[in-house]
Amino acid sequence: MDPKKPRDSAESESARGAAQFPDEVLERVLSLLASHKDRSAVSLVSKAWYHAERWSRRRVFIGNCYSVTPEIVARRFPNIRSVTLKGKPRFSDFNLVPQNWGADIRSWLAVFADRYPFLEELRLKRMTVTDESLKFLALKFQNFRALSLLSCDGFSTNGLAAIATRCRNLTELDIQENGIDDISGDWLSCFPENFTSLEVLNFASLSSDVEFDALERLVSRCNSLKVLKVNRTITLDQLQRLLVRAPRLTELGTGSFLQELNAHQYSELERAFGGCKNLHTLSGLCEAMALYLPVLYPACANLTFLNLNDAALQHEELAKLLLHCPCLQRLWVLDTVGDDGLEAVALNCPWLEELRVFPANPFDEEVNHGVSESGFLAVSYGCRRLHYVLYFCRQMTNAAVATIVQNCPDFTHFRLCIMNPGQPDYVTNEPMDEAFGAVVKTCTKLQRLAVSGLLTDLTFEYIGRYAKNLETLSVAFAGSSDWAMQCVLGGCPKLRKLEIRDCPFGNAALLSGLEKYESMRSLWMSACKVTMNGCEVLARERPRLNVEVMKDEESSDGQQYKVYVYRTVAGPRRDAPPFVLTL
Amino acid sequence: MGSGGGSYEKDLNLEATELRLGLPGTTSSTAATDQEPEARQARNNKRSLVDRCEEEASEDASRALQKDHDSAPSSKAQIVGWPPIRSYRKNSLQTKKAETETSSSGIYVKVSMDGAPYLRKIDLNVYKGYSNLLKALENMFKFTIGEYSEREGYKGSEFAPTYEDKDGDWMLMGDVPWEMFMTSCKKLRIMRGSEARGLGCAV
Repeated sequence: MDPKKPRDSAESESARGAAQFPDEVLERVLSLLASHKDRSAVSLVSKAWYHAERWSRRRVFIGNCYSVTPEIVARRFPNIRSVTLKGKPRFSDFNLVPQNWGADIRSWLAVFADRYPFLEELRLKRMTVTDESLKFLALKFQNFRALSLLSCDGFSTNGLAAIATRCRNLTELDIQENGIDDISGDWLSCFPENFTSLEVLNFASLSSDVEFDALERLVSRCNSLKVLKVNRTITLDQLQRLLVRAPRLTELGTGSFLQELNAHQYSELERAFGGCKNLHTLSGLCEAMALYLPVLYPACANLTFLNLNDAALQHEELAKLLLHCPCLQRLWVLDTVGDDGLEAVALNCPWLEELRVFPANPFDEEVNHGVSESGFLAVSYGCRRLHYVLYFCRQMTNAAVATIVQNCPDFTHFRLCIMNPGQPDYVTNEPMDEAFGAVVKTCTKLQRLAVSGLLTDLTFEYIGRYAKNLETLSVAFAGSSDWAMQCVLGGCPKLRKLEIRDCPFGNAALLSGLEKYESMRSLWMSACKVTMNGCEVLARERPRLNVEVMKDEESSDGQQYKVYVYRTVAGPRRDAPPFVLTL
Repeated sequence: MGSGGGSYEKDLNLEATELRLGLPGTTSSTAATDQEPEARQARNNKRSLVDRCEEEASEDASRALQKDHDSAPSSKAQIVGWPPIRSYRKNSLQTKKAETETSSSGIYVKVSMDGAPYLRKIDLNVYKGYSNLLKALENMFKFTIGEYSEREGYKGSEFAPTYEDKDGDWMLMGDVPWEMFMTSCKKLRIMRGSEARGLGCAV
């Protein structure tokens, strides 16, 4: 259908189309579309397609909960079964957003109870969820199946108890990295004895003891359980008992890997792992003792994702483990493995696509710990399929990065964090401009970039000029003037999320994006040189943006602000706390 | 100050002369909660005078150490939200750090020596391994231990270093890996004379 055709001929064409394609058929066809980007495109074709699409849509993804109201969503999409919502700006993960900022799920649930009584799935990221909301959810939605809470706050284990008690058809309970009040592990015992539908259970980030017998019985009777991630209180011999009851697991998160085992227990555990032939994801391994890692080997043949975030392994232990993981595609490690460990990765993981290296001691200034440019280099030589990297290090060079992206030109996500703010190339003492210049010039598919180190405006000139597919950019302690931000806003056509902290960008930079912000999801600027005046101008010129300003308590002169700008059809939010000023 | 507090003493001097900027609200709460279990652990029913003095010194030192670890790496003020680690991970990292490095849940065990008038107390976390610990014990009680061999135990002296494990059994030190020893050791006893030789001999 030619989008340039005048409107009524498009409609009559679609009317003809509709005559050939009854609505039900069109809806049926469109219902097979999964991607929400495809669906958005489809809805723009014509009125008939718009309506067919909205009636057939079952899942909705809302990247910023304040960009729209629940009423608007419900009005457009009457048949939703699954909702994914993201709330606070990402920098709230790093304590840059005060408590009680908002993004409460409450008002959404109230509308959903009325309009989507058959809601089955709720996936929330960075939202505030209270126990009352969880109880409401458990009570009002009879068909509720899947709850996933990532980086949320506001609830306690009592809320989880309500979910376990009442949601008879629950298939998924996925609680990750939330700021929650962990009162007790009793919630797990609330699953009724005749409850058998669970397929996904992840409580790895909770710290209270659960009643092990209840967990064992639960795992026994839930024959479809595919994903089990337990917390640290589960010991190795308890794990063994769970594994023999759930050999069909595809994802396993172990509890504590630190326990004295006698020879019998050791071989039983090894046998249990040997029985897990379907494991593709493994995590946990808290405080893993090198002595016991070999019990895992029989289960690693099909492993594609190994998450060693909680196991401070040394390089020898990692090397031995990797020998048994021939299919590894994603690896998360702590930097305790060092550059030597990364060399082992390079040697043993030819199919590796994603590598994340986290710092074991992020607040430690000593350069001798952790990983450096040589580890990253080694991986780039050995793992040519690498396209996603998150790398925390204490030193880096321009030359290394240039070589790395030459070896791996297919990066889609390049997130480099040189932990000392504003640190130059440690060999040449120059800014790291050329490093990121090489990244954006070579990696044409780059979607997400996080920069660090000493950076001048030149880095951002490169980004604006070359990063044509860039969607997300994170900047901290970088740049010399407004020109840097202007380059980015003027250059990157696909930019959706821009988050900036502690950079010398002021009103001129902010206002250079006037034409851009409505095509983006959001902009965050904190500890920059923006003034209230600049924000007011922006708000005045662009009424379809919400321009929210918070006073920055940490700033020395009391004049700095945290600015959060986002497009919205909902108008200024009505639940803004007193410290958030909407201009 | 005894040898148990030796390394703390060194660190205490360093910290005392350093300027430190702690931002308001930077994990001072974890400092508070971590101190409680430490205090509880340190207050024992039966303690000698020497023990008590040593422990108070260790506590002061570890509290100072703890403040250092919680607030900032030496001279820099800690920047809020940097490095960009998720708050959840940061909290679990910090409690881990506090636990292992400042021994707020420290592994304090009594050490008795056959024939000595009073017991001592040491923190196992301070030592890096068996040889480190044994040297410290040799210094503390003024004796020599002898060479360890798997077959014969500690040959060449009338002393044998033993420990009581979680099951209540008296074990010869050195047989199991250091980490395992640290988690299972309840108290130490330096045995002497024929009893010692009995333990060391192959059966």
